Amino acid sequence: MLSAALRKEALLQWRGLARTLAVLAFGGTALLLFSFAGGPDSGALREQAPGYLWLALLLSSTLALSESFDGEQEQRALEGLLLLPAPAAVLFYGKALANLLQLAALGSGLLPMAVVLYDMPLPRPWTLLGILVLGSAGLAAPGTLYAALSARARARQTLLPLLLFPLVVPVLVACVKATSLSVTGDPMGQLRSWTLLLVCFNAVYWPLCGLLFDRVVES
Amino acid sequence: MTREEKSGRLGGAFLLIGVLLLLFGSYLGLAVAPRERFMGDVQRIMYVHVPTAWNAMLCLTAAFVFAVAYLWKGGWRWDCRLEGALEVGVLLSGLLCVQGSIWARPTWGVWWDWDPRLTTTAVMFFAFLGIIALRSFVDDPAQRATWAAVATIVAYVDVPIVYFSVRWWNSLHQMQSSPATVSPAFYLPLRTNAFGMLFVMAGFITLRARLARRRLAAQLAPPPALTRAAS
Repeated sequence: MLSAALRKEALLQWRGLARTLAVLAFGGTALLLFSFAGGPDSGALREQAPGYLWLALLLSSTLALSESFDGEQEQRALEGLLLLPAPAAVLFYGKALANLLQLAALGSGLLPMAVVLYDMPLPRPWTLLGILVLGSAGLAAPGTLYAALSARARARQTLLPLLLFPLVVPVLVACVKATSLSVTGDPMGQLRSWTLLLVCFNAVYWPLCGLLFDRVVES
Repeated sequence: MTREEKSGRLGGAFLLIGVLLLLFGSYLGLAVAPRERFMGDVQRIMYVHVPTAWNAMLCLTAAFVFAVAYLWKGGWRWDCRLEGALEVGVLLSGLLCVQGSIWARPTWGVWWDWDPRLTTTAVMFFAFLGIIALRSFVDDPAQRATWAAVATIVAYVDVPIVYFSVRWWNSLHQMQSSPATVSPAFYLPLRTNAFGMLFVMAGFITLRARLARRRLAAQLAPPPALTRAAS
C-alpha cells in the first residue's frame, strides 16, 4: 500500500516538475540575495555558506510543502482517498517520503549553486549527501503534517512557516553545524553528535506525525 | 449556582489567592531575604523568574494533557481548557524571555545570548504562539479544536528539551535549582511566589476557558431565524 501511495505522489511530482523547478529557482535567488546581505568578503561568505544553503532550503521547503496537498484539495479528492481500504498513515508516509525526495533533490540542486557562489569546498560529498537526506527528512515529516493542516485553513502561506519554522530549529542548527563540519573539517569529532541529533529528531517526529495525521485529515 | 457561575467564582478565588501569595512572596524576596553575595540585589529577580519558568512549563504541560484528552475522549471542555492553557502558557513564556533578558544584561553583559536554554525557550514561545495563530485562522470549531490539539502535541516535544537543555549542552545558563543548590534563606520567597504564580495561572486558565465556552456556545447556537421558526 505504501508503495502505491509513493508511486502516486511520485507521479504527481513528475507531472508538476515545472513547479519544482520554480521552487529551485526561488532557492537559487535566495542564495544570491544572501551573498548581497553578507557583503563581498569571500572568506566570510565561504564560512557562512552552510547556513545560507540550509536557510535557502528551508525557505524553499515552505513553497514546496504548502502546495503538496493542492491535488487532494481539488474536487474533494482527499475524501475519496480516505475511503480507500488503507490507513490514513499510509497516505501520510507516501506524501512525506515524496516530500523528503523532493526536498533532498532541491538541496542537491542548491548545493552546486552554493559551491559556485560562495566557493564552498566539498571534501566529503557523501557525508554531505547523508546530512542533506537526514535534514530533508526532518523538514518533511512535520512539514507534511502541517501542510495537511494549513491547506484547509485561511492564510495558509503565513500559517505553514509560522508553525513549521520554530519546530524545525533543531534540524536547522544540526544541519548547519554538520554541513560546516563536513566542509571545513572535524578535528574534535563533533559531526557524530549533530548527526545523532538529526536521527533522534526524525525518530521522534516520523512516528508521531504518522500517528496524528488521521486526526488532521478526518476532522 | 450554575456551572458558569461556579467556574467564575473558582477562577476569581484562584486569582485572589495567587495575587496575595505573590505580594507576600515579593515582600519576602525584596525586603526579608538577604542580598546575594556575587550578584547583589539583581539576584532578587530570581523570585519571579524561576516561578515563571516552572509555571510556564507546567502550563504548557497542562495544554498537552488537555490536547491528548480532547483527541482521546472528545468533549468541548477539553478544547476550552486547551485554549486557556495555550494563551496563559505563551504569556508566561514571553514573560520568561523578558525577565531573563533583564537579568542577563547586568550579569552576562548582554540582553540575549544564543545559549541552549534561551534558544529553546524562544523556540517554545514561538511554537505555541503559532498554535494560537492557527486557532484564529480556522473557522470550523471541530477542525480548530482537533488541529490545535494535534499541533500542541507536536510542539510539546520542545518543552522537555527546554528543561533538560542545561544538562545536555554546555550552557551559560545555570543548572536547575534544587534545595541542595539554593541557600535556605532563599527558599521561602521562591516557593511562596511559585505557589502564587501557580494559583494565578490556574485562575487565568479557568477564566479563559469559561470565556472560550461562552464564545463556543454562541458559535454553535442555531442562527436567530431558525430559533424563531422553532418557537
